[in-house]
Amino acid sequence: MLNSQDQVRFETLVLPHLDAAFNLARWLLRSGADAEDASQEAMLRAFRFFDGFQGGDARAWLLQIVRNTCFTWLEKNRHVKDATEFDEELHGPPGPTPESLAIEADSRGRLTHALESLPPRYREVIVLRELEGCSYKEIATITSIPLGTVMSRVSRARQQLQLALTDPTQNEAIHEL
Amino acid sequence: MSCNRATTVLHGYFDSELDALSAAEFEHHLEQCFDCISALDALESLRSSMVIAQLYEKAPAPFRRKVLTRLSSAGPARTPWRWLAVAAAFLVVAYAGWRVIPIQRGGNYETVLAAEIVDAHLRSLQPGHLTDVVSTDQHTVKPWFDGKLDFSPPVQDFTDQGFPLQGGRVDVVHGRSVAALVYARRKHSVNVFVWPTDEKDDTPRFGSQQGYQWIDWRKGGMEFCAVSDAAPSALEQLQRLFTE
Repeated sequence: MLNSQDQVRFETLVLPHLDAAFNLARWLLRSGADAEDASQEAMLRAFRFFDGFQGGDARAWLLQIVRNTCFTWLEKNRHVKDATEFDEELHGPPGPTPESLAIEADSRGRLTHALESLPPRYREVIVLRELEGCSYKEIATITSIPLGTVMSRVSRARQQLQLALTDPTQNEAIHEL
Repeated sequence: MSCNRATTVLHGYFDSELDALSAAEFEHHLEQCFDCISALDALESLRSSMVIAQLYEKAPAPFRRKVLTRLSSAGPARTPWRWLAVAAAFLVVAYAGWRVIPIQRGGNYETVLAAEIVDAHLRSLQPGHLTDVVSTDQHTVKPWFDGKLDFSPPVQDFTDQGFPLQGGRVDVVHGRSVAALVYARRKHSVNVFVWPTDEKDDTPRFGSQQGYQWIDWRKGGMEFCAVSDAAPSALEQLQRLFTE
């Protein structure tokens, strides 16, 4: 249990990053409702373990908890999600429906679709770099991958995103957790 | 893209993450490699299209309130007290607003205002309503008001002077949106309501009611009303910080 002083510190240092927590969870889980559950869980966990926060970058510390929560969540729900994705692969690329054409017509929808089609480990670095504006060092802290690996992960993720944008059907087959 | 450099190093360069030597080397390479130049252009356009598409998903307001409620029930007994103080602060604002503002305007202004401030008061009783933007950074709080208000309230953090900025929210007083800035003063919360006025600058007026203090002043086309259960001298100090 935190004392009042710690609670004020938590509200000052960690709480301002609730948007960042939600945004990362939203893109990792591809659902706003799931993101609410996961980022709330992560926030409460951060609150409980705030004693263990050594100071430094509070955003990176929180996002580390968020991404671990999300990957655990993805792992737990893997059979469900994988089954759906596998289905799509089996049946080949879906033909253009009026709905999908409407989505393709606007770039936000197109980008959302492309980003969501990336494997979670790629999606994660894109969100951290492009949306959250993290440096490679921060990405390394948050994802616990070596700094030297971050650059190649970012480069592969971007290439795949570009590929997904030029040819949305290309990407459906590539899955990697 | 046939250039085999156009992979990892290119992305590191694009992200300004290369050390000076590698960056210089890559720039030298760029002078003769059209593949890499066009690859950089493609990255630039990917980035700007992501910016334009506004993919960042902020925490929805009801969800934010839910988290704040969960956190306050997980924390020590400080928080219920705080809501009580805030609720009381609002009552005092209602009273202060009712007393101060009609002095300049007259008419049935005070009746209208009283009703509206009671509404604001009732809304404030909901958990999580103290701040809509939680930040101690004035550069986060000030832009947060952009597009939410038809004026730009002066937002400053006074942590060094003993009044750390806690955040802000938009409230409604007399049918117009006003900025509410929230500061902490040791264990006390201070609400500073800000709205534009046509009246000239004015020296502060004070008042107290049931142990709560308010101070109202005008400066630079803005009217300010600060309310708290902190000592009157603290509010005067805050008022001076605002007008300095």
